[in-house]
Amino acid sequence: MNTDIQKVKSFIAKYHNQKKALISILQDIQAEFNYLPQEALKFTSDYLSIPLIDIVSVATFYRSFSLKPRGKHLVTVCLGTACHVRGGPKILEEFERHLNVQAGETTKDNQFTLETVACLGCCAIGPVVVIDGNYYAQTTRRKVSLILKDYTKKEKDNEGHKEN
Amino acid sequence: MINLKINNLDVKAEEGWTILETAKFYGLEIPTLCHNDGLSNYGACRLCLVEIGENENTKLVSSCTYPVEEGLEVHTDTKRVIEARRMMIELMLSIAPNSKVIQDLASKFGVTKVRFKVRNEECILCGLCVRMCKEQMDGKAIGFQNRGFKRKISTPFDIRSEECRLCGACMYICPACQLKCQGPQADTTICNACLTMDPTCLDFYDELQCWMYDAGRCGTCIREKSEKSDSNKQAKNAKY
Ligand code: SF4
Ligand code: SF4
Ligand code: FES
Ligand code: FES
Repeated sequence: MNTDIQKVKSFIAKYHNQKKALISILQDIQAEFNYLPQEALKFTSDYLSIPLIDIVSVATFYRSFSLKPRGKHLVTVCLGTACHVRGGPKILEEFERHLNVQAGETTKDNQFTLETVACLGCCAIGPVVVIDGNYYAQTTRRKVSLILKDYTKKEKDNEGHKEN
Repeated sequence: MINLKINNLDVKAEEGWTILETAKFYGLEIPTLCHNDGLSNYGACRLCLVEIGENENTKLVSSCTYPVEEGLEVHTDTKRVIEARRMMIELMLSIAPNSKVIQDLASKFGVTKVRFKVRNEECILCGLCVRMCKEQMDGKAIGFQNRGFKRKISTPFDIRSEECRLCGACMYICPACQLKCQGPQADTTICNACLTMDPTCLDFYDELQCWMYDAGRCGTCIREKSEKSDSNKQAKNAKY
């Protein structure tokens, strides 16, 4: 826990202890811990003397922040208008079935977090799915399991390497 | 001094006044909900809408946040204003039909139907509680969270806040969590009993609520009937 706080402190120092850098600080915390731990937010609040509630307001306003721990891989299914009419909801359903979670939840093994987004700005290639920054264009229900296999396989490979 | 026109009347206002303040100074009534004299202006409820500009070139602005300008033309009671205001009341009613404040507004401005899905949420996001806590109670314990459809008022992490002193000021000022209307149709989405009933429940005192325990005797709550039926405004005063 102490290490947490030291890291947070260094993030804040990076922006010269400035209040206006709050979003950048939160982005750094999110990148480091994969979510915004309560301790980190409380520390930031005290350190920069910003009311905690204001920080939480900002943190809950933006979809890129999460107050709950996220899984290792972030699966985002686009449900914007264009992707919606091209079958986005069906793709989401398929992901929900495969991962056995609802949108907004994280799998029990902390591997995947499933989320939805309303338009990523690349409607022409819809329905779009983004996993860890990789874009999957024109997804179909068939492709869902293949895409997921990529990530579960990588997982196993990595573990294999470690053992070797 | 700034010169402007409200309802074709030449008025003067101090630098930095809002349209609402100016109208109040001249005794023109503009209804408000999220405005409170002791708190900063927020402009959430849009009840205080007025129309500014001339001829075709007009727009609706919230008078509680709009600062006066030299030569501004303001109208507080055009058809457009009244329709927009009714719409706002209707929308708020669909969110928090249990609020007596909003039910009273509905009766006062003749809103007799709700065309939206009733959500029963008991918060209209007026932000009064947040500003009360921050500006008057120095608490900073509650605030807005999330956005869009999921926007809500809460403490950080939805747990009891260390900063809250349980002063109760947030509940005191909230238009949606006060005592429910006790009228006969209070359980329906839109009560409107104030429009048909006599005496009405707008500022209604009965034996139990009269602080003298003797309703009607001292006369402060009595009005002549003829006088009352003159205008809706006077219907606010109950009578026996
Ligand atoms: S009761 Fe708590 S949250 Fe409400 S105004 Fe007082 S300090 Fe703020
Ligand atoms: S809780 Fe009450 S005062 Fe606070 S924003 Fe909601 S309606 Fe307004
Ligand atoms: S709707 Fe999915 S990218 Fe625009
Ligand atoms: S009183 Fe002006 S917007 Fe609510």
